Amino acid sequence: MVSTMTVGERQMALGLCVLVALCGLFMAVAGRNDLMGPQGVVVLLAGILGAIVVLRRLDAPEPGPERLASYYDEPIKFGIVAAMVWAIIGMLVGDWVAWLLAFPRLTFADVPWASFGRLRPIHTTGIIFGFGGNALIATSMHVMQRTSRARLPDQLSPWFVLAGYNLFCVLAVSGYLIGVTQSKEYAEPEWYADIWLVIVWVTYFILYLRTLARRREPHIYVANWYFLAFILVVAMLHIVNNLALPVSLSSAKSYSLFSGVQDAMVQWWYGHNAVAFFLTAGFLGMLYYYLPKRAGRPIYSYRMSIIGFWGITFFYVWVGSHHLHYTALPQWVQTLGMTFSVMLLVPSWIAAANALLTLNGAWHKVRDDATLRFMMVAAVFYGLSTFEGSFLAIQPVNALSHYTDWTIAHVHAGTLGWNAMIIFGAIYYLVPQLWKRPSMYSPRLVEVHFWFAIAGTVIYVFAMWNSGITQGLMWRTYNDSGTLAYSFVDSLLAMHPYYIARAFGGLLFLIGTAVGCYNIWMTTRTAPAARIAPAGQVPDMPSAPVVAGE
Amino acid sequence: MMGLEHNLMLGFAKSWGLFYLIALALGVVVYTFWPGNRKRFERARTSIMNDESGPWA
Repeated sequence: MVSTMTVGERQMALGLCVLVALCGLFMAVAGRNDLMGPQGVVVLLAGILGAIVVLRRLDAPEPGPERLASYYDEPIKFGIVAAMVWAIIGMLVGDWVAWLLAFPRLTFADVPWASFGRLRPIHTTGIIFGFGGNALIATSMHVMQRTSRARLPDQLSPWFVLAGYNLFCVLAVSGYLIGVTQSKEYAEPEWYADIWLVIVWVTYFILYLRTLARRREPHIYVANWYFLAFILVVAMLHIVNNLALPVSLSSAKSYSLFSGVQDAMVQWWYGHNAVAFFLTAGFLGMLYYYLPKRAGRPIYSYRMSIIGFWGITFFYVWVGSHHLHYTALPQWVQTLGMTFSVMLLVPSWIAAANALLTLNGAWHKVRDDATLRFMMVAAVFYGLSTFEGSFLAIQPVNALSHYTDWTIAHVHAGTLGWNAMIIFGAIYYLVPQLWKRPSMYSPRLVEVHFWFAIAGTVIYVFAMWNSGITQGLMWRTYNDSGTLAYSFVDSLLAMHPYYIARAFGGLLFLIGTAVGCYNIWMTTRTAPAARIAPAGQVPDMPSAPVVAGE
Repeated sequence: MMGLEHNLMLGFAKSWGLFYLIALALGVVVYTFWPGNRKRFERARTSIMNDESGPWA
């Protein structure tokens, strides 16, 4: 990776690593009596590791100007590998805590770090930010170069973005284990990690704009709009929700600038828009590029994709308050959130329909090609979970569903069925292309992964639907004397079989992911394809009509 | 003081917020269906199907 940089870029990379290591040293020394200390050690080690990686190849020959005639794909490969590593970590921890919920005595040690409360954010951060985030950054770098017909502007900033982003994830996850959290859902990392992420994220945004500025294609393809909305809005959300005052520069603890119901509203404005712009907009960018490419058919309606884009961007930012129905939040804000959630169904289904209509005429490919089938299933689950989301946001429905496992079912229909499926589809498309192999090591194992993933998702979601609705009904059943018919423990016992089913479904999904990792690993190990066709063209793909003279 | 701010925001959201969203929606629809944009969109739609040959000089 270092040898693809110019010598000047290597020196700057080394300087940055030293700077990071010095920051780590400061944190470790100044915060030695605080949780800041161990976090500083993590930063210090990351800086040293980075410096070693750069130093080992500092004197390697500089890449020639011929590099400018090809896309810069090295960082994308790193992002894909990082995404799969985080997928295994996040899913492993997730399934472990699922078993803990079914059998609490399984816990191997009665120590704080092994408790559900500390492990659960490792699952959510590992999956959303580790797996999803790395996949988003990698695919966005791929899509921005292809659709702009331009190479990334330099060889340093993509690495800074990826390495810096993964440092943020490692800081977050290692912090949870020792008890660092600011107790905001999906925004648990403390102030120093948040500031670091802002630096990384702004670099990412500028990198994207610089690539677009170099584009040779006059029109910016719609996938880029989604990726840009993702980067821009996530920056906004992250900064506002994490406004906080640290106790001191040597303390990991900080206090939010908001309090009470304002804090709750800001948190869920952030929380739901993390779903909207991290888990939806960016992923729609993936869908709008990889699905047409893999199907060998242009998107069904470009106009629909534009209408859908503006609908999603302008409806989603209003819906956060549906997480706070029947709370101290003013009634009109709740109604606003509910109304916009229902309206959101229109642009959501525009995107899902656009994807499925693109496949019309290519259904035989969906049957034969598991990679395309991953993307098709993702579009179906996207349609299902956005319908469910609009439905759950309606106040009377929410009265039944909120605080129950129905929410968990909804979230996992989205993350397993939509986000993970589209990532796997994109990765199976990308790996042979980027490593210049004729195809995946084993197309059969892609099939195996597909069926494990779909079985795991269906079992998981059905278990939690049953569990959630049962819970919700038990909690609102009154007996003749007007008191609750069931105690909380009664409902807990009723959940037990569903919790076992959920943990089993999660295990299937995890096995599928492990199969995928093996397949990707073996693909990168096999000999490169003999020079076939234009560089990186996957041979089993139908080649599109060449538009000459462009 | 708090109440005034709240009502001010509410009034603003209910009046100008409404108009701004309607104007935005109209703008998007006009842009999307503007006949002159048809060629642009059609080109963008099909152009991605063949983009692996590397960056254009």
